[in-house]
Amino acid sequence: MSGVTSINLVESALLVSIQDDVTDTEIVELQDMLSHRIAKENVKGVILDISSLEIVDTFVGRVIAQLAGISRLLAAETFVVGMRPAVAVTLVELGMYLTETRTALSLTHALAQLRRD
Amino acid sequence: MRLRSCGVIDRKQTANRTLLAAMPLATSRDVVAARQAVARFMKDRGASALRITRFATAVSEISRNAIVHGGGGDISIYLDGRNEYLHVECRDTGPGIEDVTLAMTEGYTSGGGLGRGLGGAKRLSHGFEIHSVPGEGTLVSMSVKL
Repeated sequence: MSGVTSINLVESALLVSIQDDVTDTEIVELQDMLSHRIAKENVKGVILDISSLEIVDTFVGRVIAQLAGISRLLAAETFVVGMRPAVAVTLVELGMYLTETRTALSLTHALAQLRRD
Repeated sequence: MRLRSCGVIDRKQTANRTLLAAMPLATSRDVVAARQAVARFMKDRGASALRITRFATAVSEISRNAIVHGGGGDISIYLDGRNEYLHVECRDTGPGIEDVTLAMTEGYTSGGGLGRGLGGAKRLSHGFEIHSVPGEGTLVSMSVKL
């Protein structure tokens, strides 16, 4: 998958970097693959680094929200980190608040929150 | 020919325009290419990050619609004669939209989606117009001030 360069297990959290050229097909594949890994590998959290993403539209937003819902059912939390301010403004204009996800400004903050859980 | 439209684009803006790019819309990879091309043209002309993100998001929504609902099509990107606006025209030869006003309604979906894409794309554009003829296809014209 060219749109996802790396998935690393860091302190029982899956750290996923999503690249700007991620396609709809790839993000759906990612959702599927992460769901399986959460269940199999005793993962406490998924941290999605979207700092490379110039846009998050309704499709990608919905897949992220669904992933958060799925991971919660599998006893893991999904964090979105590195969202650009312009992306946040646009998502709110689209009525997408991603309430299913937890947000953190950086990977460090997300890991700190996971350690406290 | 039945014509259903929604929104208004100043006709003067479509005169003397320059074609910057024309691209096919067939796969999800093409959606990425289209919105990245629009973002690049806007960046080259000094548009702000927020303006680029808002409009590129609108282009992404509309391009995906052309593929998912319209069975594919193409997208053309123009610069207006006074270098003030970027115009994007996205067309498909799909089944068309029976009721454009209904399709634009927040929360309305023909199936599967959130029903936020079309209305959202209009909000994120400075000019937005849909021409759709049932059985023939849909043309969405969008513009953004540079």
